[in-house]
Amino acid sequence: MAKFISSTMAGTIWKLELKEGDTFDLGDKVAILESMKMEIPVEADDSGTVLKVLVQEGDVVDEGTHLISFS
Amino acid sequence: MTHEEGLAKLEAKRQSALAGGQGKVRDKHIEAGKLLVRQRLEILFDDGFDFEDGLLAGSERDLPGDGIVTVIGKVNGRDVAVVANDMTVKAGTWGPQALLKFNRMQELALETGIPLLYLVDSAGARIDQQKELFLGRNGWGNIWYNQVQISGRVPQVCVLFGPSPAGAAYVPGLCDLVIMVDKQASAYLGSPRMAKMTIFEDVTEEQMGGARLHCMFSGLGDVLVKNDAEGIEKAKQFLSYLPLNWTENAPSAQATEPNAEAVGKIDTVVPINQNVPYDVHQLIDGLIDEGSFFEVKELYAKEMTVGMARLGGQPVGIVANNSKHKGGVIFSDTSDKAARFIWLCNAYNVPLLFLQDVSGYMIGSSVEKSGIIRHGAKLLSAVCESSVPRICVLVRKAYGGGYLAMSGAPTHPDAMLALPTALPALVGPEAAVNAIHYNRIMELPEEERADFVKQKRDEFAKDIDVYRAAADSFAAEDVLPASRLRDDLIKRFRIYSRRDAKVINRRSAVHPV
Repeated sequence: MAKFISSTMAGTIWKLELKEGDTFDLGDKVAILESMKMEIPVEADDSGTVLKVLVQEGDVVDEGTHLISFS
Repeated sequence: MTHEEGLAKLEAKRQSALAGGQGKVRDKHIEAGKLLVRQRLEILFDDGFDFEDGLLAGSERDLPGDGIVTVIGKVNGRDVAVVANDMTVKAGTWGPQALLKFNRMQELALETGIPLLYLVDSAGARIDQQKELFLGRNGWGNIWYNQVQISGRVPQVCVLFGPSPAGAAYVPGLCDLVIMVDKQASAYLGSPRMAKMTIFEDVTEEQMGGARLHCMFSGLGDVLVKNDAEGIEKAKQFLSYLPLNWTENAPSAQATEPNAEAVGKIDTVVPINQNVPYDVHQLIDGLIDEGSFFEVKELYAKEMTVGMARLGGQPVGIVANNSKHKGGVIFSDTSDKAARFIWLCNAYNVPLLFLQDVSGYMIGSSVEKSGIIRHGAKLLSAVCESSVPRICVLVRKAYGGGYLAMSGAPTHPDAMLALPTALPALVGPEAAVNAIHYNRIMELPEEERADFVKQKRDEFAKDIDVYRAAADSFAAEDVLPASRLRDDLIKRFRIYSRRDAKVINRRSAVHPV
C-alpha cells in the first residue's frame, strides 16, 4: 500500500522540492507552503522513494492533503 | 517467643517485603529491560531514602507492600516524597492498603510542602475489589481528589514506566509533568481488548496509547525517554528548577555562560526577511546558561518551543514561537501547550520569558470548526492571569492577537523589549491594504489597481517599524541587540522579582477550555 506525506497546514504550494523517483530521508523538505504570509517547509515524517507527486505549485491545499505518495 | 525469635520474625518479614513479588511476573519485567521498583528508587535518591511507610502492609497476605512503595528521601539534597508501584506484586494494582499508602503520602507531601513524584507502573485499580473501593468516600477516587487539592501547592511529577490504564490514566493526566519511557509506557481509558469488543477497533497497545502517541499527538506526555534510568534522571533535572512548594522561590544554581558558538551568531540568527523561518533554539542557546534548557513537549505542537532554563543561574520559563515549524503560527494545540506551561511556571514562582515571532493565530474554516477561539483563549487567559515576573521580547513578527497571546504590552508584562528585527503591527501590509482600501481598489480600473495597492502597502509598511511603533511611543521599554539581551534580562528579572505577586482575590476565574 502506498504511503503519503501530507500538508501540515492550510496554504498554497509555493515550491515542490521532490519529483517522481527521488529518494528522501526523515526530515527532508518535501515542499514549501505559503501560508499566513510565511514560507512553511513540509518535512518528511518518514523516508522512501517518491512514487507520485500529487499536487502542483500554486495548488491550494488543506491540512492533511496528500502531497506525495511514496514507498 | 523470645526476643531473638521476635527480631528474627520481623527481619524475615521485612526482607520478604523488600524482595517484592517473585516468579514469572518478575522475570518478565526484568526481561523487558525494566528496572525493579527498588532499583528505580536507588537511582532516584542521593543516598538511599530516609524512611518508608507501609513496608509491611499486605505482608499477612503475601502481597509485599500491597504492590506499592511509599518513601521520602533526598534528591539533589532536597526532600521529595515518592509513590512507586511495584509491578511484580499483583501487576502493581491498587488494593485497599495500596490506596491508604498512596493517599497518606499525598497528604504528607502537601502538609510538609515537598514535591511528590509518582513512579507509575500499574495495571490500575484491583477490579476484584471494586465493591469496597469504587463507590464510597474512601474509594480510589481519592487519589485524583488529592491530586487536584495538591495542584499548584507542591510539584507533582509522573514518570510512566509501564501501563496506567483506565482511571489510572488520570494520574499522569493530573500531574504537572509527565515523563514516558518509549515502548514501555502506555495510557488509555479503554484497552485494545475492550475497544475490540465494544467499538470493533483493532489496534495495538502502542497505537492505542503508547509513549510516542502521547508525546507527539495527544500532548499527555511531556518528555519521551529511552529507558527507566533516563526517565528518573529527567525527573530529577526537572525538579531542580522548581521550589519545594509554591511559597518558596525557585532555586538558583551556579551560573554558567551561554554556548559560545550560539553567542557568536546571536545578532544575525534571526532572518531579516520576515517570511523566512528559522529555529528559535539557536536564539535560546545564545541567551541561557549553557546546557540548562529542559524542553517540555518537544515533540508536540513544535511551532511553540517551551521549557525551563537558567539565566545567570536563576530559573526561567521560556515560551517562544518557532517559525521552523508551521511558521510559528498558533493553533489550538499550540495554545494548549503554552498555556499549561505558563500555569506551571506561575504556580511555582518561575519567571516567564516570551520570545515573540508570530504572524498570529491560524485562520480558516477548519480551525474555526475545531475551536481556535475557545482554545486560543487559554493562552491569553494564562498570560493575563500570571503573576510572576514576565518579560516579552519582540524578536520579529508581532502581529494581531498573536502579539497579545505572546505577552504583548497590553497584557501588562513587567517589560517589553524589542530586537532591531522586530515588526509589530495589528496586521501586515498586504492584509491591511486589502481591508482598508478594498472598496477603493474594486472601483479602480483593473490596470491601475496593482500600482495603487503597491503604493498603499509601501506606505503602510513604513509604520511597521520597531522605532516608529515600539520605541518612539514607549510601547517597548527598550530596543537592543540580541547580544545585549541576556545581560539585560538577568538585571531586569532581578529587579522585577522584588515586586509582590499580583494575586486576585476571588474563588476562581472561569477558565476558557
